[in-house]
Amino acid sequence: MIELICPAGTPAALRTAVEAGADAVYCGFNDETNARNFPGLNFSRDELGEAIAFAHVRGVKILVAINTFPRASAVDLWRRAVDDAVQAGADALILADIGLMDYAARRHPDQRLHVSVQAAAANPDAISFYVGTFGVRRVVLPRVLSVAEIAEITREIDCETEVFVFGGLCVMAEGRCSLSSYATGKSPNMQGVCSPASHVAYEQTAAGTTSRLGRFTINRFEAGEAAGYPTLCKGRFSTEYGAGYIFEDPVSLDATTLLAGLRDAGVTALKIEGRQRGRAYVEGVVRHFRDALKVLEIGGEADVARLRPFTEGQATTVGAYRKTWR
Amino acid sequence: MLPFFASSPESLPLIPAFLGNLIRPLPLLPLEFALAGVLDHIGKNHPHLLDRLGQHRGKRFGIAPIDLPIVFIVEAAAPRPRLTVMRELPDGLDVRISSSLANLLALLEGRLDGDALLFSRQLAIEGDVEALLALRNAIDDARLDLAFEIGSLFGPFAELVERLFGKARDVALRSISSPRGSE
Repeated sequence: MIELICPAGTPAALRTAVEAGADAVYCGFNDETNARNFPGLNFSRDELGEAIAFAHVRGVKILVAINTFPRASAVDLWRRAVDDAVQAGADALILADIGLMDYAARRHPDQRLHVSVQAAAANPDAISFYVGTFGVRRVVLPRVLSVAEIAEITREIDCETEVFVFGGLCVMAEGRCSLSSYATGKSPNMQGVCSPASHVAYEQTAAGTTSRLGRFTINRFEAGEAAGYPTLCKGRFSTEYGAGYIFEDPVSLDATTLLAGLRDAGVTALKIEGRQRGRAYVEGVVRHFRDALKVLEIGGEADVARLRPFTEGQATTVGAYRKTWR
Repeated sequence: MLPFFASSPESLPLIPAFLGNLIRPLPLLPLEFALAGVLDHIGKNHPHLLDRLGQHRGKRFGIAPIDLPIVFIVEAAAPRPRLTVMRELPDGLDVRISSSLANLLALLEGRLDGDALLFSRQLAIEGDVEALLALRNAIDDARLDLAFEIGSLFGPFAELVERLFGKARDVALRSISSPRGSE
């Protein structure tokens, strides 16, 4: 049975995910060791311990994301996060940095390790290196692969694969993207915050809503026009060729229609993005995919329009899973 | 348990205009007094509510329902937040939030997703986005139940008021119950 991996940014969201049917919930500490380091979000050490106890009683696993890259002057912060997550009883650690993986593998040889999407491990050689060197048990694949490529990779490697099925769609080489760093001086990859709220501004005028990130105008939405996150990769820019989206439209991934293909590709787990989202999102999306997996078992088709209200731009895509542009 | 709902452009109902007109001439102090009581009660029941605000404690949030002729200013001060009711939002606030009253109440209870409301343009914000996110996450984690919080102000009638408020909330929420809702 394919596993459903669900996001939680707060203890309340974690409980919601468990009650809605998650097989596992992923979360992080309230510091820069994880890639969703937003204000008011994430778990203290005590909260993580309580969350793990709550989940384990209900047969749900907790995966702790320590998936940013340690700064040279502060490696101890990341190592402490590894030690504390192991101590708390995490079922797996989701890591991106090769040095931290080495630390975790040596210091906690029995701890299950997953390769984060932030590591951008997108080919069998790279993944096999992590498996052979650190004994990782699962890789979260980047959102740049087709279903056929996922099937091929899964066949060739000696660990499980996990893929995103819903939520924010990062089309860059994850863990390498510096667009937000360029605009704000804060790094998503080292400080865990893409388009930090401290640098985001919204302006409401009669013409609509303007969103800005640092010195850059990201978009201007007319009244009633669906909006997206204020990230540079989803900016609408004016150039000599006209105005439009250069990298990516404001749109969210929804792979509901591809579940059978992903299952047949040998994928072990399906991941829902969105630790920064509220309980309503967690409940709605987790329950949708729990239902969709049940429907899949009996050969039916899930309702694909159900999640659109949760999406950026009120629109969905299957992204690179079906590469029609090639 | 009440359902959560995805937001959609035609989701929760607006307060009818005639009700807004009825409210317009009323004095604000009695309402402010009553709401301060609710807020006080929430503060007592959720003593850690403001913990997630971190450095944003003390900031002033202006809340303007688009379907009411009044606005609210919440100061996230410890140990308990303070609330003021006014006719319009003054200058100098840290954050300004605008949406329908039903959306704002549903957000307060975590029954709607704030990002989804923003995407569907049912929620407008200005000001300190970091403070707003911290407040949103704090509230979402608190699992507030407004029917309970309001009801408990009514002493021996607490259960009755809670039930009545809860019924009204159910009706409002279920009016948008559709295949897109997520029960």
